Amino acid sequence: MKIGVLALQGDFREHLLAAKQAGHAGLTVRRSEELAEVDALILPGGESTTIAQLARTFDLFIDIKKRIADGMPVYGSCAGMILLADRIVDGANGQETFGGLDMTVRRNAFGRQVDSFESDLNFDGAQMHAVFIRAPWVEELSDSVQVLSDVMAADGKRHPVAVRQGALFATSFHPELTTDLRVHRYFFDQVCAGAIK
Amino acid sequence: MSEAVGTARVKRGMAEMLKGGVIMDVVNAEQAKIAQDAGACAVMALERVPADIRAQGGVARMSDPDMIDKIKAAVTIPVMAKARIGHFVEARILEALGVDYIDESEVLTPADFENHIDKWDYKVPFVCGATNLGEALRRINEGAAMIRSKGEAGTGDVSNAMMHMRKIGGEIRRLSSMREDELYVAAKELQAPYALVKEVAETGKLPVVLFTAGGIATPADAALMMQMGADGVFIGSGIFKSGDPAARALACVKATTFFDDAKVVADASRGLGEAMVGINVADLPAPHRLAERGW
Repeated sequence: MKIGVLALQGDFREHLLAAKQAGHAGLTVRRSEELAEVDALILPGGESTTIAQLARTFDLFIDIKKRIADGMPVYGSCAGMILLADRIVDGANGQETFGGLDMTVRRNAFGRQVDSFESDLNFDGAQMHAVFIRAPWVEELSDSVQVLSDVMAADGKRHPVAVRQGALFATSFHPELTTDLRVHRYFFDQVCAGAIK
Repeated sequence: MSEAVGTARVKRGMAEMLKGGVIMDVVNAEQAKIAQDAGACAVMALERVPADIRAQGGVARMSDPDMIDKIKAAVTIPVMAKARIGHFVEARILEALGVDYIDESEVLTPADFENHIDKWDYKVPFVCGATNLGEALRRINEGAAMIRSKGEAGTGDVSNAMMHMRKIGGEIRRLSSMREDELYVAAKELQAPYALVKEVAETGKLPVVLFTAGGIATPADAALMMQMGADGVFIGSGIFKSGDPAARALACVKATTFFDDAKVVADASRGLGEAMVGINVADLPAPHRLAERGW
């Protein structure tokens, strides 16, 4: 599979490395022609406002929305989760997303950088260690969105931090910052495998 | 382990998220919004940009907490702020204010001429400047989670940033080519801990993200630094001391992402109006050179 990684801003190199380590061709995507070449796309961690601004400026925004509507598998981590959400709260004024996941995501929900944390969690039945950086959580979601992981936050409630709806998959945390490939493999083996003809 | 905040991974990881981006100096909420709208990946909140610190002179200190709070309230992107070198109380105040990153910065007047802040002891991550590899590794040894090469801030002259990126890159390449038994002496010469020297020799890069700062004023300057191996750029006076800050900010963001595509950088360089008026570093008397602060 040709796995594209949106390389406008953020930690795209770490996602490219994960794709390669899992045995897939990893390609950077900064232009529409490059997007047309890939079977699936990863939206990396970074700043969602910066990535959206650059996607607009370089005419990728509409093309990515269109590929999402056409069923291309997409995985978003952190900023990528925000970009895949149909609705956001605590975003910048007028902040746009690609959308596709029928959910509301709260930006910087766990707090500022001083509140960023590492934690063990259960992802789709497996124990793993996860890194959360100024992370969002899923505030509200439709019945068609499946929760793969949630964590207890300072407000005393559990909030979804990994979700899937069809070919779209998102995590609040950054598996690309660890050497654990299981989350990426879940995307390649479970999400992409069914969606790519 | 269940949950941990302020770990090295979380602090260094925050810098990973800034890569490929532009961090812009802003002095008020309005500038912060302009920076965010233009695609800045973070802002540096400070009372005076380096060009004004230079022009006005006097002691430059940490910014007013009210000003930092206003900027934090105005934007959703990370907000950084500067503490004086060695001023660990200013750093504690900035941590208490909830800034996302502290820049222990030579642009402010140093508070300690021997010691930098012990940065391991904070939940908030630090970025520090460096003119060479030894200085970078000493800062990392003290807990810096991100390094920026120093340039000559507030000049609009990119030559010092270039010199320091070449120096850091050259010293890393030299370590990578050495026999393992030569690394002990290399550590002595670099005045850096052996363990970090060995790690750099093995991986061929710093263990933390490396940005460039100081004297970057145009999209071409930003692309130049990215081609020199920077993970991203800080732009201080270059944007809000120029004729059309919003346009120049967006142009620098574009050039940082497409640093290897001359056509995009050329297009980004059009119609930006006046660049900041520069000062040649060579014309600055030695006591006024900020990059030399730090030990």
